[in-house]
Amino acid sequence: MIFKPKHQRLVLIAIAGVAVVAAVLLAMLGLKDRAAYFYTPAEIAAGKATPGEAVRLGGMVEKGSIEHLPDGVTIRFRVGDGKAEVPVLFRGIVPDLFREGSGAVAEGRMSADGTFVADNILAKHDERYMPPELGNETAEHKAAKTVAR
Amino acid sequence: MIAEAGLAALWLAAALALFQIFLAFAPGPLRGETRVIRSVAIAQGALTAFAMLMLLLVFARTDLSVLLVAENSHSAKPWLYKVAGAWGNHEGSMLLWVTILGIAGAALAIFSRRMEERTLAAALGAQATLALGFFAFLLFSSNPFARLFPPAFEGRGLNPLLQDPGLVFHPPTLYFGYVGLSVAFSLAVGALLTGRVDSALAKAMRPWVLGAWIFLTLGITAGSYWAYYELGWGGWWFWDPVENASLMPWLAATALLHSVNVLAARDSLRAWTIMLAMIAFSMSMVGTFLVRSGILTSVHAFAVDPKRGTFLLALLATYVGAAFFLFAFRSGKLAEGPPFELVSRETALVGNNLLLSVILGVVFVGTLYPLFVEAITGTKLSVGAPYFDSVAGPIALLLALLVCVGPLLNWKRDGGERLKRLAIPALVGVTVIVIAVVVVPGTGILSKAGLGVAAMLGVACFLPLIGRRLRRTPLNTWAMVVAHFGVAVAIAGMSASSLLTKEVLTAARPGEQVAVGPWLVEFSSVTPAAGPNWTALEAELRASKGSGVSVLKPQARYYTDPPTETNESAILTTFSGQLYTVIGKPAEDGRWQLRLWWKPLITLIWLGGALIALGGFLALVGRAWRGWRKERER
Repeated sequence: MIFKPKHQRLVLIAIAGVAVVAAVLLAMLGLKDRAAYFYTPAEIAAGKATPGEAVRLGGMVEKGSIEHLPDGVTIRFRVGDGKAEVPVLFRGIVPDLFREGSGAVAEGRMSADGTFVADNILAKHDERYMPPELGNETAEHKAAKTVAR
Repeated sequence: MIAEAGLAALWLAAALALFQIFLAFAPGPLRGETRVIRSVAIAQGALTAFAMLMLLLVFARTDLSVLLVAENSHSAKPWLYKVAGAWGNHEGSMLLWVTILGIAGAALAIFSRRMEERTLAAALGAQATLALGFFAFLLFSSNPFARLFPPAFEGRGLNPLLQDPGLVFHPPTLYFGYVGLSVAFSLAVGALLTGRVDSALAKAMRPWVLGAWIFLTLGITAGSYWAYYELGWGGWWFWDPVENASLMPWLAATALLHSVNVLAARDSLRAWTIMLAMIAFSMSMVGTFLVRSGILTSVHAFAVDPKRGTFLLALLATYVGAAFFLFAFRSGKLAEGPPFELVSRETALVGNNLLLSVILGVVFVGTLYPLFVEAITGTKLSVGAPYFDSVAGPIALLLALLVCVGPLLNWKRDGGERLKRLAIPALVGVTVIVIAVVVVPGTGILSKAGLGVAAMLGVACFLPLIGRRLRRTPLNTWAMVVAHFGVAVAIAGMSASSLLTKEVLTAARPGEQVAVGPWLVEFSSVTPAAGPNWTALEAELRASKGSGVSVLKPQARYYTDPPTETNESAILTTFSGQLYTVIGKPAEDGRWQLRLWWKPLITLIWLGGALIALGGFLALVGRAWRGWRKERER
């Protein structure tokens, strides 16, 4: 089978169209159950996150809530937003700027008993490298810039 | 004075870019001779290079009366990081971007001696149009030379994560790749304007695509290794939007690299190649927008300023929109190239382009989806490895299978006889999969399939050499073999490390031993250490496997300017893999958190990346050598 010139162009255009449609379909299908939603403690308390579903939880680490478990590598703490608090369990090395009274984002899933089990913790980095999720909660960023000027 | 000289050079360069556009696109008699346009392009490139040099100078001298220096540098920083710090911030990195754009335009003017004159003039005009927009961006919203009055007493320092030799090479390498693609874009626009899309254009475009692609490959590979050892998370690719921003131009450039070869060799796929050249640089601009507009969460996203994001988005929309409008308007007038049969090298390369485009689409949608959703509904979500691995991974493996087939086919038409040679590689691949399934039970289907495909490709990539006299095989063929072998090596590394990695997270007292994989690691002590602008607690780990002991010294570092803590991992590289160690926080009872990984074969990932780049380099040298010999024979 030989493609006639005109025929060939049509085939190539059709193939390009198929590629675009395939990419979008595949992407949409994949995104449907693999995108992780970002919730505040209040939203978690309202039952928005289904247990087992990969989500992100963002808020402030409550003062006095960090508790080290005997194995030396697991911690328990509470993340709150003034309206609600969610207990979080994390096994791993916490980031350098993770501390009480400071903002943090936990990646993980809710367990059936209402504890958030985190696989990963992101903390507010220094004021120039702040995740936007945490940026709204404090004016520190702007203040720091003004001082620099 | 130095800062003012740099700023003046930038303004002059912008004026020259405007002049260059006028000369290239002015009606009839006003249009400049190509010779003149060339000189203007060279002068414009030299001026931007001068401006960049001035910025390096103010950083090297830590001139605290320049705002950018005061905000990002510090007099106590090591000399190398002072200079490299010039592009460790938004304004400086944009200036580097524009400098490479200017230099690329100048190089196009200098080296494209054999190109058709009118197409070259139009391409230089297009290049100047790109440059002008980014000059405006620098001058109106990101001036790197702004003064600070009164001068600061001391600078605010550089993010410690960036104080690493990686900073010296990684950004310039990637930018050479991103911006090198601008030349392919300009040539495509120029050829659309003059209607001269043929194999001569492809031959003029090819070295640029190859060069940019080599830099992108090296930049991505090095960036991956940098993130791997610097972040201390043990991962080598996080599907972070910023990483995707570099992957997307690479995918488009890889497709372009293959289709430009079809256009050069067979004069087919004309409109297709032009389209890919436009997409490739558009992806570079999308990447720049994602990284530089500050809409993303990342160490790459420096200070957030919505004005800049809007400016960049407007530039992006204008250029991409104009290019595709031009394409829609003019591509119908292009004559169709010679036909080819269903079983042929051309068809295999169309398949390559198709699969790369689908992967590109999948990565593009996944990267931008969170931004869209948040802009429309306000819902925040993130898309990560589970999506990208499971959607893009299988397509990538399918593509790797096609890489086994394509090089065995003839141009134009093929009976498929040589495909029988694939029997042995296929057998090797299936055997490896069976072994993987038996030895490592449980999950990881994609990784096991990856190992099989890697083994098959690792053998099959050498098949094109069968029946050739090796010493007379052209360098281009060797280049292809090396690059394809690199793909196999990289896939093997990715699959093996994800399948076989052993991880231990524990709290230990000095004197205790921890086992990870085949290694026994003795935690001997923790001692203080210090560097020029940091202090650290350094653990001593004595790792042994059978005979012999290696010492690893991971650190928990504390930087003073700005005050920041980082974990410096310590990595032991052996032939069979890497032992990766991180020390964390002390627990209250005298124990320390230790995180140890044994990652078999992981080094193959970066070795593969280096081989792919080496393949590109060989192709570039091979083409240049051929061109030079032809010239001499004349």
